[in-house]
Amino acid sequence: MSDIAIRVENLGKMYRIGRARERRDTLRDALMAGLRAPWERLRGDDRREEETFWALKDVSFEVKRGEAMGVIGRNGAGKSTLLKILSRITEPTTGRAEIHGRVASLLEVGTGFHPELTGRDNIYLSGATLGMKRADIARRFDEIVAFSEVERFLDTPVKRYSSGMYVRLAFAVAAHLEPEVLLVDEVLAVGDMMFQRKCLQRMQHLTEGGVTILFISHNMAAIQGACRVAVLMDGGQVVAKGNPISVIEEFQRLAQNESPRQALQAKDLNIEECSQVPVRITGFAMYAEDGTLTRTLRFGEAPSVRIDLLAHEKVCAPAIQLGVRRSDGVKICSYSNWHDGFKIEYIEGECHLYGRLPPLRLIPGLYEIHVLVWPWGAGHLGDALEQTQPYVWEQFGYFQVIGIGLNEHDGVFQIPAMHWALTSDSGVLSSGDIPEDAIHGAFTPPG
Amino acid sequence: MGDCEMRNPEFAIPNPQSAIPTVVIEPSRGWLSLQLRAVWEYRELLGFLVWRDVKVRYKQTALGVLWVVLQPVVSMVVFSFLFGTLLQVPSGEVPYPIFAYAALLPWNYFASSLSRSSTSVVNSAHLITKIYFPRLIIPISGVLSGLLDFAIAFLVLIVMMAYFGIAPTWATLLLPALLLLAMATALGFGLWLAALNVRFRDINYLIPYLIQIWMYVTPVIYGSTLIPERFRWLMALNPMTGVVEGFRWALLGQRLADAQPPGPLFVASIGIALVVLVSGAIFFRHTERTFADIV
Repeated sequence: MSDIAIRVENLGKMYRIGRARERRDTLRDALMAGLRAPWERLRGDDRREEETFWALKDVSFEVKRGEAMGVIGRNGAGKSTLLKILSRITEPTTGRAEIHGRVASLLEVGTGFHPELTGRDNIYLSGATLGMKRADIARRFDEIVAFSEVERFLDTPVKRYSSGMYVRLAFAVAAHLEPEVLLVDEVLAVGDMMFQRKCLQRMQHLTEGGVTILFISHNMAAIQGACRVAVLMDGGQVVAKGNPISVIEEFQRLAQNESPRQALQAKDLNIEECSQVPVRITGFAMYAEDGTLTRTLRFGEAPSVRIDLLAHEKVCAPAIQLGVRRSDGVKICSYSNWHDGFKIEYIEGECHLYGRLPPLRLIPGLYEIHVLVWPWGAGHLGDALEQTQPYVWEQFGYFQVIGIGLNEHDGVFQIPAMHWALTSDSGVLSSGDIPEDAIHGAFTPPG
Repeated sequence: MGDCEMRNPEFAIPNPQSAIPTVVIEPSRGWLSLQLRAVWEYRELLGFLVWRDVKVRYKQTALGVLWVVLQPVVSMVVFSFLFGTLLQVPSGEVPYPIFAYAALLPWNYFASSLSRSSTSVVNSAHLITKIYFPRLIIPISGVLSGLLDFAIAFLVLIVMMAYFGIAPTWATLLLPALLLLAMATALGFGLWLAALNVRFRDINYLIPYLIQIWMYVTPVIYGSTLIPERFRWLMALNPMTGVVEGFRWALLGQRLADAQPPGPLFVASIGIALVVLVSGAIFFRHTERTFADIV
């Protein structure tokens, strides 16, 4: 018996696109096209040349039994196409894949749910759709209900559920699948933080039980937490594979090459307004304590940053802000000259703002860097969108914090207490100040 | 950077099982097998889909299951008045209402099954794009979920037969075979239309007309004796002629002197239904590989 659970060899998927005018979606179009075709062929008109698009090309990799592999990449990189092929929803155009073991795939939350049916009925229906046997569902029914926390509404049609209840019930069914190979696509993108954590815990539990997982996510922290290996896809191809940290680094390099400006402004800000702003953020750099350029910090390291600005005209009293977000979007902290009362009269032309940050005691993981320039006193990252608009807002990729002994269960950051004391009726049993270097130095886990 | 391994200690490798199911994913070439074994393996899901359709059908209606009875009864009343009373369509020795109802019973089943299975794949797009199962079970479930309605409508027939004093004969035992023929015909055409519907939504608009015209060429509201002898063979090309005439013969044969027991033309009906069924299944399997991409 081989220890490979998923083997993918030169997988490719081609879609036919274009020819918008000649899509034969109705019978009439098809008949017209059919009538025109011979005439056009006679005229040697080759507009009919079909445009093709390879959503996936020459993808090869192997996943070992019991291994969790993360798949990352930008939108349109082919991740979902890959998962659809492995789930046998659509066929590959070329290549071959083999999966050893009972497969379950979760491409959305609530596959097979019918809004008119009750929660009870939907547990059976969705379970059967996801590949569970009726007997298995009956056996685990109580567990599923307990997990979903919707006992009281079990006989209510799910169309009357709140979206939170719906998702919880749907996930409860999926969580009780007993596959040998699990394919998961961005299921975690829905739901609140609590729910996302529950999902991740469940996945970790499954891998510990020897289940092979292929997991697509945009959530770098989740990939890092749940996967032992990762592949990076771009343009339908695998461009990197291996240790998740190095693959995520590769992804950052890739993401930096595309203009972050476009990505953010198109979505979050009014482009019209931004095209008139008098200032641009032209660069960002982060330095380790020893002065080298870096995007990797040790836990507790105090980095320095440089923000490059280009002001086309005089910008008075700018508030320049550096925001840190966890890779799942949670806003962690920010630093700005406005918060700290460092007033800048004006900026004009090219200039650079240097800052030395305090020790960043962030839990090891991946963090996004956002740089914003505001009018003085206009606000901060928190109320940015409702109230004043910043002049500019750009994301400058990610940085990661490395270290051992801490993980996301310890929270977002970890700062030691100043002093501990243990007392009883007979007095102080022991007490101690926490040494300065524990506060400023790298974290050493006890024991 | 070695911290990643720290978080995930050595995995417990599961005990090697004697037979590990293996899926091989490759581009398909040429004609495919009908995958009947896979359909059988997924019979539980098929059962659930049928159960879902039945359960959902009359949800949030005030009359609920009464609709199952009302639909054939109302059409029987309307047809009895129009064709029985006004137009005086001959119904032999039996009252026109039961003459019509005995034919409406299989016809309504056929019409609703055909319409349901033809639209089934498009209506299940949310499943087809998210999960794997043998696609054949979707149109099959469309044909099966009408059986409950048929059974309830059949109870109405028993009541009517008692009312008109018509006793069942041994021929009644042939009804399941006739029903099977109606199912095969509905599924055969349903498979063709369902697969075409994925690409050409025109089918959605076509189906109501198709069913209406089909009813007029089938001896539902009239008896086939109304058709000149030399055109009868033409009517036998339509398998539903055999089904509807067969139902009349089996149920009312003792009172209906000119009801024909199934003969050679009936065998032709079976042949045609089977050809449509098998070709429909092959066509469906052949096109299903692109369902998820274009539905």
